[in-house]
Amino acid sequence: MVDNIIHIALLLVFPPFLLGVINKTKAWFGGRVGAPLLQPYYDLAKLFQKEWVLSTTTTWIFRAGPVVTLACVLLAGLLIPLGRFAAPIGFAGDLILFAYLFGLARFFTTAAALDTGSAFEGMGAAREATFSCLSEPALFFALLVLAKLSGSLMLGDLLRGPLGGFAPTVIAPLVLIAIGLFIVLLAETCRIPVDDPNTHLELTMIHEVMVLDHSGPLLGVILYAAAIKLFVLGSVLLHVLAPVQLATAWLNWPLFLLELSGLAVAVGIVESIMARLQMRHVPYLLVSAVLFCGFSFILLVR
Amino acid sequence: MIHLLNAILVLVLMMNLFALGTSRIMTVIQTVAAQGALLSLIPLLAHGHLTLPVALATIAALALKGIAIPSMMAHALRDANIKREVEPLIGLLPSIILGALGTVFALLFASQLPLAGEHADSLLVPASFATMLTGFIFLTTRFKALSQVLGYLVLENGIFIFGMLLINVMPLMVEMGVLLDLFVGIFVICIIVNKINQSFSSMDTRQLVSLKE
Repeated sequence: MVDNIIHIALLLVFPPFLLGVINKTKAWFGGRVGAPLLQPYYDLAKLFQKEWVLSTTTTWIFRAGPVVTLACVLLAGLLIPLGRFAAPIGFAGDLILFAYLFGLARFFTTAAALDTGSAFEGMGAAREATFSCLSEPALFFALLVLAKLSGSLMLGDLLRGPLGGFAPTVIAPLVLIAIGLFIVLLAETCRIPVDDPNTHLELTMIHEVMVLDHSGPLLGVILYAAAIKLFVLGSVLLHVLAPVQLATAWLNWPLFLLELSGLAVAVGIVESIMARLQMRHVPYLLVSAVLFCGFSFILLVR
Repeated sequence: MIHLLNAILVLVLMMNLFALGTSRIMTVIQTVAAQGALLSLIPLLAHGHLTLPVALATIAALALKGIAIPSMMAHALRDANIKREVEPLIGLLPSIILGALGTVFALLFASQLPLAGEHADSLLVPASFATMLTGFIFLTTRFKALSQVLGYLVLENGIFIFGMLLINVMPLMVEMGVLLDLFVGIFVICIIVNKINQSFSSMDTRQLVSLKE
């Protein structure tokens, strides 16, 4: 019970901190002091205080987009176990719900973008839909491998693996899906090398262009949902990367937060040392993620 | 031990695909160098315990495949003043997919072979076939002389992996001989590349056929 409350509290409060860690890492690489670690919280507070400005061409879909996205990622966050602690919700087959909650969120984001009637945003929607076609199979293959390893179709059991950690015989498939999932994480959360969250250039935007017309509280909801998405996918990846646990149960919470911050630092390092890929090269990256996860499955069943 | 070996071999397989998917020749050289360095660790792991011949094989492979040959090629690349494989016979994405199909084929094929019991679980045989196939793809679809040398290196890496099956019985002398041949081969090719570049101002091997006149 206490663990469930901590789970929900972390899911609600912690995600913007990860964005702060990423930005701080990038600033450190650039030799700058950078914004304070808590800057994303201040930004969100500022955005939520602003008034609503809505275009007259938009309908309720435009307002529903960010809200549905937030609801979807929060629900997805309840389905996954954080560290060694059980998930608040779980049933057999919830991995499909997990994958398609992201699909639903994406559908509403693209629908809201199309609702503005701007050709520019339609372009972004088309890009997002195209790239998600490639990242979804990678995620599914990765979950399939984990399901095969643990013999369970419930995210809670599947991610935490068999009792006592994964057998050493499966290091090779796990290495492969760890890399595949990291690429999926970068693609889904719109980070470099797939998408640049800071760019506002017509040629290069994917996610940013779809939310150009959102402002004030709606933009705040979108930023918050993006941070939660990073948190959720990061926790999934951590199950593959660091399936360790400490003997004292409560110490696993700080350990988990430390690991997650470490992952955010890794994302920040990737963003600092890599340039954004050319738009026509992004599918190569995503196809290779699918290949890694697919190979991992073949290795397992051969 | 065999599980760590498998993890390394999986990384080697991924480097194959990465090398196929990038057009910058310098990046391919670095990838092949990293692959060679990783492979040089295999004798240590495959053998189980440290003996002098194994240590020598490791050090020699690391020095040659990881450092000497790549730096020679990087030097030749700098002299030749080219950066990219401009138009491969088939595009980059198709070559990745071809490489992936080759890897799948190697995995399926190796599982059909009547291997000795101790090699049944390891990825040595499929990884070796897949790496050799990658080398063939490089050799047949790239036209720059340096890219073809890289294909040759990848091919040799595949043969090196296969040789690891016999590490316990193969004399050190054979291993050293192979490495020496490789080194001399690359050395000569790099000089030739340099000469071709000075004489013809192009590294495209397709144009070599028109030298009859």
